[in-house]
Amino acid sequence: MPENDAFEERLRQARERHGVDPKPASQGQLPQGGTWGVGFRAGVEVVSALIAGVLLGWLLDRLLGTWPWLFFLFFVFGGVAGVLNVYRLFKPRRLLK
Amino acid sequence: MAAEGQTIDALSQFELTPVLGKVGASVGFTQSAAHMLLAAVLITALVMYGMSKRAVVPGRLQALTESAYEFVQNLVVGQVGEEGKRFFPFVFTLFMFVLFGNMLGMLPYAFTYTSHIAVTFTLAAIVFVLITVVALVLHGKKFFGYFFPEGAPIWLAPIIIPVEIVSYLSRPISLSIRLFANMVAGHVMLKVFATFVVLLGGLGAIGPFVAALPLAVNIALVGFELLVAFLQAYVFAILTSIYLHDAVHLH
Repeated sequence: MPENDAFEERLRQARERHGVDPKPASQGQLPQGGTWGVGFRAGVEVVSALIAGVLLGWLLDRLLGTWPWLFFLFFVFGGVAGVLNVYRLFKPRRLLK
Repeated sequence: MAAEGQTIDALSQFELTPVLGKVGASVGFTQSAAHMLLAAVLITALVMYGMSKRAVVPGRLQALTESAYEFVQNLVVGQVGEEGKRFFPFVFTLFMFVLFGNMLGMLPYAFTYTSHIAVTFTLAAIVFVLITVVALVLHGKKFFGYFFPEGAPIWLAPIIIPVEIVSYLSRPISLSIRLFANMVAGHVMLKVFATFVVLLGGLGAIGPFVAALPLAVNIALVGFELLVAFLQAYVFAILTSIYLHDAVHLH
């Protein structure tokens, strides 16, 4: 029955899209929430890496009294880490070493 | 409540107010804490009652409890592997707490405690401390090799190591921001469109017809929010499992 098959396929795709089924085989792939979901996740990764970098730089500056140089340096590190996070988000985890 | 003074007041729903009268006010027991307590009681009641009969053919609550259990178990074992079973209680508790927080927030008059970054960051910080301690206990000093991949040229170390450390530290932040931002955005949208209904409904003769549009949007949004509520709890649990995988296997 072709119609039935098509329905099963659509159901499977829909379940996958909404993350209803836990994916047994894929390692560390998050449920894909459409383009908006992907964009939102990438944005969150960049912003949180920036926050972490800025906080770390600011704290080190306070400890060492080097304000504002480490702050600037870790701002850049935060940006780089954000790009790295986004890269890891889309890279299959198997290849990650 | 939001239409007073003809303005849209979408953020007052996140304000904390003490409950339980004077006692609550003096110890700072807010409705947020009350909802957390309620969620904990509900989860405990669900699991205790669901498991009390141990029927071969499960009833509704037993089936619900069992499917929740198996869902989280598949998730943990699938991500961390067989040795991840000892983290199952932790991930199950976390998943159910976040799920119940999100779902309770969808009920009218209820408060969504996961819409406060203080709550989500505390949960994420617990995860962060756990994965760091697990990695340190299992691997000792080798854990620090995590911040510098093997085979990279040594002169790149001053760049790679701080970047990896910042990336590692950003994990609890992204974990907490994702959950908190999703819940806040959803509830603000619901409140904004609900206010539209009230404002447009007061437009005289055509009011009720125009007001039907945002009402339709709001109905769709409620369904969407239920999906997001489940999905975010799932994402929180699966990310915790991924981090546990990293901590146990250390790449």
